[in-house]
Amino acid sequence: MSLKSSSRQVDGVTILDLSGRITLGEGSVVLRDTIRELLGKGDKKILLNLGDVTYIDSSGIGELVSAYTAVRKEGGDLKLLNLTKKVHDLLQITKLYTVFDVKDDEAAAIAAYAK
Amino acid sequence: MVTMGNRVAYTLDSTLDSVNKVEQTAEQLAVKVGFPEEDLHKITMSVREAAVNAVLHGNAYDPNKKITVAFETASDSLAITITDQGKGLSEKDVPDPLAEENIMKTSGRGIFLIKAFMDEVNIRDLHPGTEITLVKHKSVPSEDAKES
Repeated sequence: MSLKSSSRQVDGVTILDLSGRITLGEGSVVLRDTIRELLGKGDKKILLNLGDVTYIDSSGIGELVSAYTAVRKEGGDLKLLNLTKKVHDLLQITKLYTVFDVKDDEAAAIAAYAK
Repeated sequence: MVTMGNRVAYTLDSTLDSVNKVEQTAEQLAVKVGFPEEDLHKITMSVREAAVNAVLHGNAYDPNKKITVAFETASDSLAITITDQGKGLSEKDVPDPLAEENIMKTSGRGIFLIKAFMDEVNIRDLHPGTEITLVKHKSVPSEDAKES
């Protein structure tokens, strides 16, 4: 299953609902292109909902880092929402869990952008 | 495909399709051995990372170069050996992805994750080519777990 992405706007925050796999190849490219497109439109508050992401490989982890860096470079903010245990564990062992702002409640995540 | 007893081996092109095939085969065999769900993820991810290394970093998608993958099953373990025909990999040249200067890098975590997830990892530089062998053992339930 490849990566599917849909976006919605809530209080000025773009929520990207992702489902499937973020792996080398199509999955990573979908994420990269979507982030590039959002930044191109001036959407800089981005919340990645990973609740339905079943699998991320090291290339996918690299793509998350790349997205985070790209958004921050444009003066924006990228947060992660609803990590599965697998993704949570991956970010823990790669020491990226403390780099990303990780939320498990959508309303709280959106409120955090206003601060 | 070559089958000998509990060993099956494939020679595959240097493509992402091969990576997916290797990953799927690893999952099927890990299920057959009876690994728990949590280990299935660790095994498939490690095998995928090793296959990506072989296809991408080893053979650089060269259509003239192949990867060979051998799976060996036992009642309590699964061993996977992946060999490429690339320029070779020296383990000491692989940077530590947890070092402060590498944390925000977008690549370089594959070998680290393999080592974190598998019980045994052996990398051999074949001059040229690289061979990586991954082994996962089925954990034996503790006496407490058996009683509960």
